[in-house]
Formats: sequence, C-alpha cells, structure tokens
Amino acid sequence: MGQTLILTGTQAAALAAKLCRVQVVAAYPITPQSKIPEVLSEYVERGELKAEFVRVESEHSALGVCISASIVGARVFTATAANGLAYMHEQLHWAAGARLPIVMPVTNRGLGAPWTILNDMQDTIAQRDTGWMQLYCMNNQEVLDQVILAYKIAEQLLIPVMVCFDGFRLSHTMMPVEIPSQEEVDAFLPPYQPAYRLDAEAPVNINPVVMTDPVPNGEGVKCPGYMGFRHRLQESFESSWPVIAEAAKSYAELCGRSYEDCLYRYKSEDADFLFLTMGSLSSEACEAVDLLRKEGIKAGVIGVRIYRPFPAGPLAQAVEAAKSIAVVEKAISYGYEGALATELKAALFSSNGHRPMLSNYIVGLGGKDVKPADLFEIAQKTIQDAASGSRQEHPLWVGYEV
Amino acid sequence: MSTTIMDLPEREYIHPGTRTCAGCGLPIAYRYILKALGPRTIMTHPACCLTILHGMYPKTPIAINAVNNTFASTAASASGLVAGLKATGQDFTVLAMAGDGGTFDMGIQALSGAAERETDFIYVCYDNEAYMNTGVQRSSATPTGAVTTTTPVIPKEQPKKDFIQIMEAHHPAYLATTCSSYPGDLYNKFLKAKEIKGTRFVHLAVPCPPGWGYATKDTVKVGRVAVEAGIVVLYEVEHGEFRLTGKSLSMARSGRKRPVDEYLKLQSRFKKMSPEQMEDFQRQTDQRWEELLKRAGL
Repeated sequence: MGQTLILTGTQAAALAAKLCRVQVVAAYPITPQSKIPEVLSEYVERGELKAEFVRVESEHSALGVCISASIVGARVFTATAANGLAYMHEQLHWAAGARLPIVMPVTNRGLGAPWTILNDMQDTIAQRDTGWMQLYCMNNQEVLDQVILAYKIAEQLLIPVMVCFDGFRLSHTMMPVEIPSQEEVDAFLPPYQPAYRLDAEAPVNINPVVMTDPVPNGEGVKCPGYMGFRHRLQESFESSWPVIAEAAKSYAELCGRSYEDCLYRYKSEDADFLFLTMGSLSSEACEAVDLLRKEGIKAGVIGVRIYRPFPAGPLAQAVEAAKSIAVVEKAISYGYEGALATELKAALFSSNGHRPMLSNYIVGLGGKDVKPADLFEIAQKTIQDAASGSRQEHPLWVGYEV
Repeated sequence: MSTTIMDLPEREYIHPGTRTCAGCGLPIAYRYILKALGPRTIMTHPACCLTILHGMYPKTPIAINAVNNTFASTAASASGLVAGLKATGQDFTVLAMAGDGGTFDMGIQALSGAAERETDFIYVCYDNEAYMNTGVQRSSATPTGAVTTTTPVIPKEQPKKDFIQIMEAHHPAYLATTCSSYPGDLYNKFLKAKEIKGTRFVHLAVPCPPGWGYATKDTVKVGRVAVEAGIVVLYEVEHGEFRLTGKSLSMARSGRKRPVDEYLKLQSRFKKMSPEQMEDFQRQTDQRWEELLKRAGL
C-alpha cells in the first residue's frame, strides 16, 4: 500500500504522471495549471522521473510535441487550461484523428474576453467535439486516480483523454490523497506498447492526405477513405464502455477505490428532485441535498464523471424516477443553453422512461462562488416550476447581480 | 569537399510518379537531401507542396518514414520526434521541412522555440516565395514587385523578409543556404549537417514554374540565374564562421555577377515591375552581395 499525502489538484496530477512513468512531457504554463509543469520539471531535474521534458514556447507546440512523440511510441503528458486549451484546438483534433493515447489534465478556467483566471468549465465543454474522452473530477483523489485510469483506457482504445478538474477549487486546494505505490501502478499500467515500431527499411507515411472514397493499396486491398477513419474513431467511442469498466474494476482491486460507475450518485435512489452537475460542483450539491433532506425534500445528486463518451443510457436511467431536475452548469452554449442540459434532454428523449421536468441553471462563471444557499434556492424554484408545470424558455443565470 | 555525380549513393528515396507540378524544383532538391541523409531519417512536414509530393493514402513514392503535422507546428513536431525517439531509445536523423509560408510566416514561433532549445534536428525551409500549394498567394518571402493572386493588380510593395538573418540570430549549430539548381552544393551541405549535433537550419531556394511564370523546362536555369545574379547566395555558417560555397564562391573570386534583370525578365511574375523597382532590386542585391563578400573576407 502507498501513503496518504495532503496535495493540491495540480500536485496530484503531476504525481500521477510520475507514477505512470510518462516518457515525454511538453507543457506551457498557464494559471491555474502552472504547478503541474513546475512539479514535473523538478521530478525530471532531480532524476526522480526519467523523461524528456520539452519546455515549449506555446500550448500549440506543447500538444504538437506530444503528438509526434506519441507517434514514435513514447508515453506522453501535457496539461493546460482555458485559452491554452483553446490555442491547442487544432491539435486536439489532430491528436484524436491520429489515434494517439495522450493524457492531458485541464484545470478548468473561464475563457477571455474579458480575462478571468478563475474557474468555470467553458474551456473543456467547448472542446467536447474534438474526439477526446473527457473525465471530470470531484476532488483531488479523483484527479490522481483518473490520470492513472486515463492512460490505461487511452492506450487500449487509442483515444486521447482529458482529465478535467476545477481551477483553484481543486487545483489550488489541499486535500488528503491516497497514493498507490509505484509497484501497484506498474502492475496496473505496464509500459506503453505502441501498435507499430518505426522501421527504416519499411517506412510509413503517417497521417497523409486521404481521399473521399476508399482507394486500393499496392496489393489491391481497399483502404479507408476519410469517412472510414472518422467512423472508426466513433466506433471506438461506442465500444469503449466495457474497456472503461474493466480498467476501473482492476483499479478498484488494486486500491479499493471504484470508478466503475460513470456517474457519481448521492442519495439519488429515492429522490424526487435531482441536481445534475459536473466536477467539484457535485460535492457542493451534496451539502445542499443534506439541507433539503432536513426540510423533508427527497433530494439527490447525479454527477457526470465521464462526459465523453456520453453516458446517455445510465444517465437516463438514473434520473427517470425523479419528478424534477436542476441541471446546474458552469458553461453555456451561447444562443441556447448549457450543453449538459441539452444532452440530458436528448438522452431522455431516446429512452422510453418517464420524463422529469428539467430546469437549467448557469452558475459559477469566472469563479463566481456557488453557495449551498444558491443551490437550495435553485432546488426550490425547480420543484415549484415542476409543480406548476411552467417550463423554462431560457436557462436561468444565478449570481451575476449586475 | 566536392561531390561529383559518381560519388552520389545510387539508392533512391523518391520513387517515380510524384504528384508535384511539372518542373517543380522541390523534388530535385529533396532527392539529394534524402540521398545525403540516408534511410535512418524520419521527416515531418505541414500541409504544403511536400504533402503533394508525398502522395495520397494508401500510396506514397517516398521511401523514408514521414509524419504529417499541422501548419504552425513543424518544428514542434520535430521536437516531439527528437524527444520521443530519445525516450524510447531509437536512433533516427530528424528532418523537418516546410515552405516559406510554414516557416517565414505561420511556423516562425515553433521554429524559434525549437532553435532556442537547441533541438537536435535539421530544419529545411524550401522557399518558393509565395503560398504555392494554395495557389500562389503572397507570403512574407515574396520579393518586391512580384504579382501573386493576392497582389494581382499592384505587385507586392514590401521587400522579402530577411528570414535567414532571423535564424542566424538564434546561433544554430549550422546554417546554410542552397538552391535546387546546385545538387552538388546541396548534397555536401546535408552530408555535413547530418554529422553536426544541435539545430541545423537550411534555406533552400526552389523555383516554381506555375508560381513564377516560366516554362517548366527552365527550372534549373532560373535557379542558376538567381545565384549568378547574386539574388540567392550560397553560403554556410558553421560555429559562427561564414563561408561562401560553390558557384557563389567562384563568382566572388572571378568578380563576375549577372545583372538582376536577366533573372527578372525570365519570369512573368515580375512583368508589372516598374523600372524604379528594378533599379531598387539591383541596388539591394548589390548591397547584400557586398556585405556577404565582406563577411567572407573576399
């Protein structure tokens, strides 16, 4: 067994990378992620981690370095946030299209303009269609565990993974984190075995121009066109759940912490009212639930831990018995509503279950504090609206004052 | 050291049937670059004329390992190859190649970063003086007076960016200029670059028949006239020591240099150049030539 340390989220992410024996690190500092490359630099310079650390001049290059290092068979790591992630946007598509098992923690932060360095989830939600898996963390234990899990999953599915955790609320907050021993992590995550090895006498052209229609190769075998490659990525996502479950199961056997459920659930089984949230907001919602339960309201929390692939089935099942749901989000798709609200509706529409009344609340943008009292009021309003049958036309913004 | 055609390795790394335009200068140069660097080379390039040369999936005429990358990240990709190969104990020469758009313009940040980190790789900017792959749009490498598809009525008014000086300011381990019309000069420089550790930068001038407006049979001639008029100067800087090479060195010794209008009149892209712009071009070419002669101590 390992030990328990008091760590910030960024320290937990860096320690997880070290435990995973990453071979190439390329990162550019951005608040609130900066501590991750700082800690990793120290590991490398002290000889505690045998890795090539490339101190790049930008986030675009950080992922560019990781992409090419991964192509030649190295286990690679980077981390970013907010505008750094937005600057990587093109490379995110490239990494996923090239089927590279890159793992990247993102300390969620609001995007400019105007500038904010504080927390919301606009940065990662805006990247949901890039072909990356997205795991969200509720606390720093989950940051450490999910980085380790992410490598296991990424290397089996050849899909890159973002491990998302709230800037400052987790990145800069110290919490006890149980650390598995190096031997345990080595047993769980053996060295990366790339699908092919570079051979000077059997050269390959990697990620070339691809035609629309399949074209035969030299042996007359039809090779995929562009859509064929894209479809393979989607297929890998669609068939990823057993791989994720198996990885979580063997991790649970290793250290006793289970991530087999793609959802976080708190008092949700008998709940008439549910909060649907992501990240550290889930633990804040638990406090509100305890207050609501004291008032005799059967409330619960569903937290979405895995956002891509989207757990539509389990989510629809988890919420279908509730009378009303407040989807509380730290991001918005401008001109419509929060993306999680839209996706929950789609999941419910596709299932044949009972459809609860949904309300969507936008909270906590640019680090705005979300108090249990705010969540309490959100719950009350949602329950009243459901009772009176009044439907929301637009999401309700909570806490912006002016 | 001078290489004759008899000394060149017979092994070819570009098989017949590339998709470049007829008369393209790039495959001429690329052929000798790969002959010099040999099979244990991995190259990376952005979307550019070289992508066309490398062909369409699932076929390629290129017989070395190649990686495609995004437009702004050629030198970052090379940095990743260097780091990844080192971390996994593989030994390859890392070659990065991009055009003037992917180097002078969009790729400058990543290249500057990689050079400052003293990344152990060879970077080649093949300069055809406009965004040729997308259809001859102006770049910062386009010379004054050239008509492009984004300077169609008023030819480019600004001078060519002195990118070679920008790279020299990074103090790379090796810096060289060369031209596709001089395979011997080019081959020798890559042979030398291969043996040097650290960042090696090569500026490669490649004439482009559709972009410059000359007959496809004249690619070698146009490149030669560019050198013989002192517009392209062949040199190398090794450990800070400057040396003229090949034709430029013999021109310096003989004192013979062609007037620039012999170069300009070969190409329809300069058809709208005013006499004043031509005079200016001659003056700037002479001035740079004199400066380089001085640097060479000649």
